[in-house]
Amino acid sequence: MKPAAFDYIRAEAVDEVLEGLSKEGGNARVLAGGQSLMAMLNMRLARPKVLIDIMRLTELSRIEDRAGAVTIGAGVRQATLLAWPELTRTLPLLALALPWVGHVQTRSRGTICGSLAHADPSAELPLLLVALGGEVHLRSTRRRRRVSASEFFVGMMATARAEDELIEAVSFPAHNGGRCAFREVARRHGDFAIVACAAVATPTGVRLTVGGVADVPMARDWPCLDGSALDDALNGFAHELDARDDVHATARYRRDLVRIIGRDLIGEVLQ
Amino acid sequence: MAQPAARSASVDVERRPWVGRSIERVEDAALLTGRGRFIDDLGTPPGTLHAAILRSPHAHADIVSIDAEAARRAPDVAAVLTGEQVKAMTSSLVVGVKAPVECWPIATERVRYVGEPVAVVVATDRARAEDAADLIDVNYQPRAAVIDPLAALAADAPVLHDGFPGNLASDRSFSYGNPEQAFAEAAHRFSIDIRYPRNSCTPIETYGVIASYEAAEDAFDVLANFQGPFSIHTVISRALKVPGNRLRLRTPPDSGGSFGVKQGVFPYIVLIGAASRAAGRPVKWIEDRLEHLTASVSATNRATKLSAAVAADGRVLALDWDQVEDCGAHLRAPEPATLYRMHGNLTGAYDIRHVRVRNRVVVTNKTPTGLNRGFGGPQVYFALERLMQRIAIGLDLDPLEVIRRNLVPAGAFPYRTATGALLDSGNYQEAIAKAVEQGKLAELMARREEARAQGSLYGIGFTAVVEPSVSNMGYITTVLTAAERRKAGPKNGAQATATVALDPVGGVTVHVASVPQGQGHRTVLSQVVADVFGLKPQDVRVNTEIDTAKDAWSIASGNYASRFAAAVAGSAKLAAERIAHRLARVAASQLNVEPVDIVFAGGFVVSKRNPENRVAFSRVAALGHWSPGSLPDDAGQTIRETVFWTPPELTAPDDEDRINSSLCHGFIFDFCGVEVDRTTFETRIDRYVTMHDCGTILHPAMVNGQIRGGFAQALGAALYEEYAYAADGSFLTGTFADYLLPTTTEVPEPQIIHMETPSPFTPLGAKGVGEGNCMSTPVCIANAVADALGLEDVTLPLVPAKLAGLTRGPEPEPPAGRSSAKPAREGDRRLHGEGSASVNAAPDQVWAMLLDVTTLQAVIPGCQRVDKVSDTHFRADVTLGIGPVTGRYRADAQLFDLDPPNAVTLRGKAEGALGFGDAEGRITLAPDGKGGTKLHYSYDAAIGGKVASIGGRLLDGATRVIIGQFFAALAHQAGGAPAGGFSLFALLRRLANLFGGRQ
Repeated sequence: MKPAAFDYIRAEAVDEVLEGLSKEGGNARVLAGGQSLMAMLNMRLARPKVLIDIMRLTELSRIEDRAGAVTIGAGVRQATLLAWPELTRTLPLLALALPWVGHVQTRSRGTICGSLAHADPSAELPLLLVALGGEVHLRSTRRRRRVSASEFFVGMMATARAEDELIEAVSFPAHNGGRCAFREVARRHGDFAIVACAAVATPTGVRLTVGGVADVPMARDWPCLDGSALDDALNGFAHELDARDDVHATARYRRDLVRIIGRDLIGEVLQ
Repeated sequence: MAQPAARSASVDVERRPWVGRSIERVEDAALLTGRGRFIDDLGTPPGTLHAAILRSPHAHADIVSIDAEAARRAPDVAAVLTGEQVKAMTSSLVVGVKAPVECWPIATERVRYVGEPVAVVVATDRARAEDAADLIDVNYQPRAAVIDPLAALAADAPVLHDGFPGNLASDRSFSYGNPEQAFAEAAHRFSIDIRYPRNSCTPIETYGVIASYEAAEDAFDVLANFQGPFSIHTVISRALKVPGNRLRLRTPPDSGGSFGVKQGVFPYIVLIGAASRAAGRPVKWIEDRLEHLTASVSATNRATKLSAAVAADGRVLALDWDQVEDCGAHLRAPEPATLYRMHGNLTGAYDIRHVRVRNRVVVTNKTPTGLNRGFGGPQVYFALERLMQRIAIGLDLDPLEVIRRNLVPAGAFPYRTATGALLDSGNYQEAIAKAVEQGKLAELMARREEARAQGSLYGIGFTAVVEPSVSNMGYITTVLTAAERRKAGPKNGAQATATVALDPVGGVTVHVASVPQGQGHRTVLSQVVADVFGLKPQDVRVNTEIDTAKDAWSIASGNYASRFAAAVAGSAKLAAERIAHRLARVAASQLNVEPVDIVFAGGFVVSKRNPENRVAFSRVAALGHWSPGSLPDDAGQTIRETVFWTPPELTAPDDEDRINSSLCHGFIFDFCGVEVDRTTFETRIDRYVTMHDCGTILHPAMVNGQIRGGFAQALGAALYEEYAYAADGSFLTGTFADYLLPTTTEVPEPQIIHMETPSPFTPLGAKGVGEGNCMSTPVCIANAVADALGLEDVTLPLVPAKLAGLTRGPEPEPPAGRSSAKPAREGDRRLHGEGSASVNAAPDQVWAMLLDVTTLQAVIPGCQRVDKVSDTHFRADVTLGIGPVTGRYRADAQLFDLDPPNAVTLRGKAEGALGFGDAEGRITLAPDGKGGTKLHYSYDAAIGGKVASIGGRLLDGATRVIIGQFFAALAHQAGGAPAGGFSLFALLRRLANLFGGRQ
């Protein structure tokens, strides 16, 4: 369990990262916490030629609360965001959900943007970005662009990031005052979610976002529903998610949790 | 009981003994400050090379060829060994039953489980060895695999070894008493079918071997974190083709957990020994976690049918066991010991005089099994104690009352069981009464009523078990017939050894061959020996490393079968007493008293009658070194004493196959309350009470540590852990993200209650206590969950989705209009799917497109090079990937069953370093009556090998993504081509989306 040989670049400027990505493209991987990447390297699942470490770049390690959005740099660790004093006020859903991301030890190394780049179907952060309608800030030597959450995640561990692009930051719209709720079921605390759900009040009703079931987090907006109308809506959504069996849970079990937890969370948000 | 220390100006001759006190562990200072000395921390001899092992991705396949030339030429590679080379240097490992079957530490000609070694690469460091292993090209011809032990017995099952016809390695039937009559006459008959899963106690430290072949003397020097039993030493030396005295086997000072598992390092000692011989240099190998979970060793899984003849009052009159033991792909020593370790104890804690047994041992395409904490106990008690609950339900009796009515009577010890065990001591009725009272069972029952009244799923479970310890080295011969045993020669006993030595200034050193892995043997031995010599534990230094070239050892040496407290600590006591007896003679002549008047206390050798008359222990102890001439003529030497101790009760199986399989028998009574969550079906342990009678307790905190540790591992077995295999033999739990261990947040604190009924058969009265909860807890929790959910059958692990599936009613239907044609996973772990689409073009136009050679070449994802074998057969080198997980594969695609322009089958497979995959799709075209085509497709696909082992959670999704990539590429190709009047691009894009792929 030793990685294949690779070159290691500890970037001292963002331009250095962008140039490295421009030159190496898909042969380069950005190291930003390494809580998934290092394991994949050691198991030789991933064999990049170059590893570009961005964690010394102070300009990527900022959290900014400005103009109705919270922008989190590529180098911000999950533990740092969780300890940010403004988190509960500006992003109450993240305050609820971040403790479910891995364990204390992995959060102290893992970054917010690194988890988004990895795009594991069961990860909490992609789900939160979709639930809140955030944006991913991409940058290459060619251009800068922003991609909405719903367009960023295109498949299992696949994103809209081009091979020469760095995820420079991610932004979440600041809290609008509505209620939100989060719940996750995993085999043990800190495990990959079997089902994770977030409900967020919207001006017209509620948005339910589900992770761990489909290849990407899936969101659905509904007006204020209750009773059998809500049951039917949740049942339809549950069936549309194409749940799968694995060693930890069955597809049916996942659909059951979407129906039950979805109803509970929507009840909490709309009460 | 111990007396409080009396205050005295002179020596306190009535001092409270150290044994029985929870003194600080001498091991802890090093272990808790990172100063433990584990095998990977120790230096290696100069020039040591490092090994990496290439392993089979297939559960069952013929090795057609191995091309290792590129690996041999790779930088810094010293040697590459395949099965052929290893076979030339070694002999087959001994197989535990009489059969024409060989067992090698590396695959020869055929692989039989995922993870079986196929080649060993030796290089200057591990990373380079792994680089070179990637260059080895193995051509496999897959065979059908069999995973399930009962399926392995089917007439048409694939056969693993010709020498085990029908995959049956052993089939023995036994009868004790008159079970036929008991079943015929009994008022009731109850039966239960059990499938006990595969799991393992996974140590933190994996296997490690440093082997050195000394050509000048044709001898091997091996350092390995092997745990014993040292009967395996003979297996290793025989395999390495040297006499036992030319295999020096040593163990490192510390070993990071074993729980039986490190017995299984021995095939690697042979393999790395052979590698050292081939390379001409010492070779080191440290197993990594993926190797460990995939291919180290596991407990056996077992299919059991257990029936009981039961009287109207719930008394069990007879048992009928039918056990089918699954030992995996090879029957490695000491298997089938897991099956026979419990043979004397098949009646558990109960007084049942009639027993029938059929024991079959089968081989399947899974990792070979070996020692594991509990060793046969969990499998036996899961069946027996589930059946006891079922009897209670069937007769409408309280489950605890059924247990009570069947217990071995209190005055009956030592009690000979029907199958031959001699239960040494106990009072099971009193133990249960104490546990019920101190564990507040009445309160728990009230809690259940209250919880159920509030709609909760709450249940209570009970278990009573006998915990055997100190194995009889002869029990395994019960697998042979009496005639075969006579021919093979006697095997019995449990030879323990301990050496006590005095240095020239009176320091005491103890050496034992117990090979601890963190248990605290050194602490307990210092207590035991300090008590004999009247010293403090810190005056006694204990060494537990073993070196078979220099130390006293026997085949029974090692750390297994919970033998330390009963056998090893007792032997140390005997050795110390022998020296003390001689020192007493020396001191008696110096103090001018009779030897019987001598006691050892407070660092002095003292006259009991006149404590002022004394001499320092160190002075008496040193005499043997400095002035042997001063010793009384008949005292003998006082410097060093080695004791070998074996209990006479451990006799060989008798001609009626009765076997006293273990020396000591502790008693455990557990009960627990659990609540199953109505939403998630997670099991929460509300309260767990565990009563232990392990005889005399030597160190209470360590005994409780053993109970807590066993409980945690048993909780894992009950709720989380399973070495899961797909039907094709793919291993699905190769990381700790999929093989789930309970962590500190999942393990509640059990309430531990003790009772001490000393064993009359051991020097200290102690019995083993290391494995009991691994036997009692899984079934206790299962009984509670069955009670909570009203289930007749429960299977471990109690995965929430499984419990939900057993309990919940039918699922709400999907809304109208929602297609049910979704990819589905079936029992064989292949992913099936189908769908259809309409195309606005005639079938022959679509057909031409689908069969276009350039199209087909272009649609193989990540294709780098295509070799056209024929018009319908292609080979290609491809790179496939999911996100960052990419690998190179050799792909082979063929078109079959061409029926132009109606149908075609596309079959492809790929194999590479990350695993293998295959897929088959059938596409049919039919006119839709409006000038267009109705296209229907169906496919099935599977991925196996390394990717399945470490990405089981994402496997189905990944399979669909790869298929999606194929169709996306097809769509892209079609979109670029002129396609007279219709857009195949649009069609294929839709197909790709159905498969989950993206443009």
